[in-house]
Amino acid sequence: MAGLMSRTSNVIKAWVSKLLDRAEDPSVTLDYSYEKQREMLQNVKRGVADVVTAKKRLELQTQKLEQEMPKLEEQARKALAAGREDLARAALERKAFAQQQLQGLDQQIAGLEAQQEKLVASEKRLATKVESFRSQKEVIKAQYSAAEAQVRIGEAATGIGEEMADTGLAIQRAQDKTEQMQARAGAVDELVEAGTLEDFSGGTQLDRELAQLETSSQVDDELARLKGELGPGERKALEEEKR
Amino acid sequence: MIVRLMGEGQFRIDDGLIDRLNELDDRAQAAAEADDEPGLDRLLDQMWRLVHDEGERLRDDDLSPSDVVIPPSDLTLEETRRLFSHEGLIPDAPA
Repeated sequence: MAGLMSRTSNVIKAWVSKLLDRAEDPSVTLDYSYEKQREMLQNVKRGVADVVTAKKRLELQTQKLEQEMPKLEEQARKALAAGREDLARAALERKAFAQQQLQGLDQQIAGLEAQQEKLVASEKRLATKVESFRSQKEVIKAQYSAAEAQVRIGEAATGIGEEMADTGLAIQRAQDKTEQMQARAGAVDELVEAGTLEDFSGGTQLDRELAQLETSSQVDDELARLKGELGPGERKALEEEKR
Repeated sequence: MIVRLMGEGQFRIDDGLIDRLNELDDRAQAAAEADDEPGLDRLLDQMWRLVHDEGERLRDDDLSPSDVVIPPSDLTLEETRRLFSHEGLIPDAPA
């Protein structure tokens, strides 16, 4: 089978010729292509805006989870004071889960940040080429009858078409990543609101078991610490509950 | 010879470099076929570095088409499959 380079080149070529086939007259090709370039620039700008929105959502979620943590600890404390170790444990499990989510969110925000940078760089490259195309287009049009002009039109349109395909891919990839994170963010939002304790981290079975081990020992440590902080009356209530 | 690093820009390289690129490319293709994601990652990365370090970056306003196109260095196996599939990974230009 052909290598990745030639297969990728073929994909790009097919994409560009599909774009250019729509106009057969070279002078129409120029105007049509320019119009498409402008649209692609709008698309990439929208792409950047979408990534920024998704990033803001994750940042907001980070804040929410950070606020949630002391609340959950307080709930656990109250539950213990009321002699309900089971509820305290549930609250601390949620707290440990929230903590794990927070770490994941940091990574996702960094990932979106990287996507944003790539798209902004793509936009800059395409914008420069569009501008260059615009000025060359007028020159080429003026020399239209010359056989050389035909060749130049083909080259310029192909060259910028290639950049458009490249930009299109960058937009698509950023969109895919943003959608994945939105879906995950939605799951975490639901979790924060409903208080369910399922694991949405989606790792392998081993990952989940390891995470669970870690969570459970973290919860045990915190339970011991909170018990240590109980007043004598509260501790008595806990003992009686056990009996 | 002009090479495009997708998502990064175009570079002019010496024709002599193409043999080394082709060799890495063959191995990258083999890695993709063997579902070897780390291998694919590593090889794409090597191809990128070769072009990046030894090529000369084309100005952004240059409209020359590329002779060779190298996919993004962080392209996943799943994305590689989609890129070459019938539907493709690059959405059609707005009609």
